[in-house]
Amino acid sequence: MKPVRAITGTMLHMDRADVDTDQIIPQQFLKRIERDGYGEFLFHNWAHHDNGELNHEFIINHPQRSGARVLIAGPNFGCGSSREHAAWAIQDWGFEAVIAPSLADIFKNNAANIGLLPIELDGEHVAVLFDIATDPAAVIDIDLLEQTIVSGELTLEFDINPNVKERLLGGIDTIGVTLGHGEAISAHESRRPSWMPMTTAGGAA
Amino acid sequence: MAGQTLFQKVWDSHVVTGTDPSLLYVDLQLVHEVTSPQAFAGLAQSNRRVRRPDLTLATIDHGVPTTDRHLGIRDRLSKTQIDALRANCATHGITLFDLDDPRQGIVHVIAPEQGLTQPGMLIVCGDSHTSTHGAFGALAFGIGTSEVEHVLATQTIWQSRPGSMAIEIDGQLPWGVSAKDLILGAITAIGVSGGGKHVIEYRGAAVEALTMEERMTVCNMTIEAGARAGMIAPDETTFAYLKDRPFAPQGQDWDLALEAWTTMRTDPDAVFDATHHVDASRLVPHVSWGVNPAQTVGIDGEVPHPETFTDHLQRDSAVRALQYMDLDPGTPMTDIVIDHVFIGSCANGRLEDLRAAARVAEGKSVKNGVSAIVVPGSMQVKAQAEAEGLDRIFTSAGFEWRDAGCSSCLAMNPDVIPPGGRCASTSNRNYEGRQGRGARTHLVSPAMAAASAITGHFVDVREWEPR
Repeated sequence: MKPVRAITGTMLHMDRADVDTDQIIPQQFLKRIERDGYGEFLFHNWAHHDNGELNHEFIINHPQRSGARVLIAGPNFGCGSSREHAAWAIQDWGFEAVIAPSLADIFKNNAANIGLLPIELDGEHVAVLFDIATDPAAVIDIDLLEQTIVSGELTLEFDINPNVKERLLGGIDTIGVTLGHGEAISAHESRRPSWMPMTTAGGAA
Repeated sequence: MAGQTLFQKVWDSHVVTGTDPSLLYVDLQLVHEVTSPQAFAGLAQSNRRVRRPDLTLATIDHGVPTTDRHLGIRDRLSKTQIDALRANCATHGITLFDLDDPRQGIVHVIAPEQGLTQPGMLIVCGDSHTSTHGAFGALAFGIGTSEVEHVLATQTIWQSRPGSMAIEIDGQLPWGVSAKDLILGAITAIGVSGGGKHVIEYRGAAVEALTMEERMTVCNMTIEAGARAGMIAPDETTFAYLKDRPFAPQGQDWDLALEAWTTMRTDPDAVFDATHHVDASRLVPHVSWGVNPAQTVGIDGEVPHPETFTDHLQRDSAVRALQYMDLDPGTPMTDIVIDHVFIGSCANGRLEDLRAAARVAEGKSVKNGVSAIVVPGSMQVKAQAEAEGLDRIFTSAGFEWRDAGCSSCLAMNPDVIPPGGRCASTSNRNYEGRQGRGARTHLVSPAMAAASAITGHFVDVREWEPR
């Protein structure tokens, strides 16, 4: 994971509630075994007409949005399926952060785990960002270390779990950190009740 | 000091270290072909091994065809994905219920039926419907692929502790109203994000009266309320279900387990962070009209007028939903004509679900022009249903009888609903394009789905079934 520090760029706004991960990346694109290359399928069914042609009215196809770095979304963004492909697609398209009044729990974890900065703000502040983002040239500055957002007249601080912040700033390999807790994990394992099942024992077909 | 909730007890007993987040020990990871290949590739890249293959179980469910399996997987991408899982399981010594295994099926159907899902366990899977396993008093939640890799490598996961929420369901479910209607009613009441950042415990007389399969239907759809997990305290119903299952504890271990399991319930003086109430006796059969599971009404209701939603985002959402669903406000739900029926999924693909559908279908015929398929949740469910003759009831009525898998619930296999098709579905999600681009999904119970297959439109199954 690449470290995340400061993000500066233009925005793309999607003022809808409950955008589910099936819309972010439809199921037909989940059959690949690779981890990259999902950006071109982002919001595929909304970005394309039934005949397969580009839907030029959909904001992601507006040429002046092609360099957007921050996605401004509605409440409960990323709800539904656990598919990390949704976060991969958003990042692969070019976004470095997602800001919404609320992010679905699994999506929020997935985003943080790949270095796509997830930010939850008050609905009123997100509404201001929606207004600012109607200008495709408007710029937003996000500073993770200082936990600040600056865009137009708006300057505010945002909350983030300190541990998530540290991981993002350091681009830390979480598995490596956890393996450092090997003794504590082994100690827990030794206390594990004998009645709990193992998948390699019992259960004849 | 106040007592503890069931969720707090299970959480605390799994903390290896840390507070926010905590490192939690995982008792069982379930793996399927769609969300695991990149996790195994990550392990290989870092030269890491699977810490506990003996606490890991894999199966193939999302992309498998439900017909003509002897011909192999014809979809090239799905085949590559399935072959990758086979190779990864072989490399790491992970037990795989492959397509030729009589125990193959949807991951959330097979673990409970094998007795692998037990009270007090912490269970994860790269699939949001992992919440299903909470029906046994396990703490079970869906995770992303990076987390799948982390659990494979360390058998642990970092999580911040969610809040606790009680949904108290009192009263008795009326005749003809199912567990599916109960959970659809609850989701409609609290909304698709109403459970966000919380673990829900379902409590009350109506919950205690549910069978294990019904409890699984309820917990399965917990994620549709946005909650991290759903749980139901284990009781005699749970213990009776588990007894003598292949992976359930045996002999002295059974006695030890029982002793532990009986402590796994919320203390009388425990306090929840939030509480909701649902009166089961007032519930009716439900049908979804929109594109999320909270956009649902009773069968005696009608397609709502968007202006009745006060919140502008919900109003916009309803307008878009009606456009996608091609429905007019004010249409009685019983006037909606369907052309596809899907009975199956991890929400409603178990034996009791198939029995409920078969009771409605027995001696009747699927309406001309309706394509109706029954997809058992596992090959064991299929075998049990065939032993009871349910397959003959379905096929005589004109339903297709298939092999086990996720099938039309998410249409990653060939069971895709065509554009413009309208499907009465026992699955858990009615999102746009979920069953195929342009396909329109109405969520219903198995009995409601079977009845609509026969009439070609939604009907109130309470007036349909003989009492």
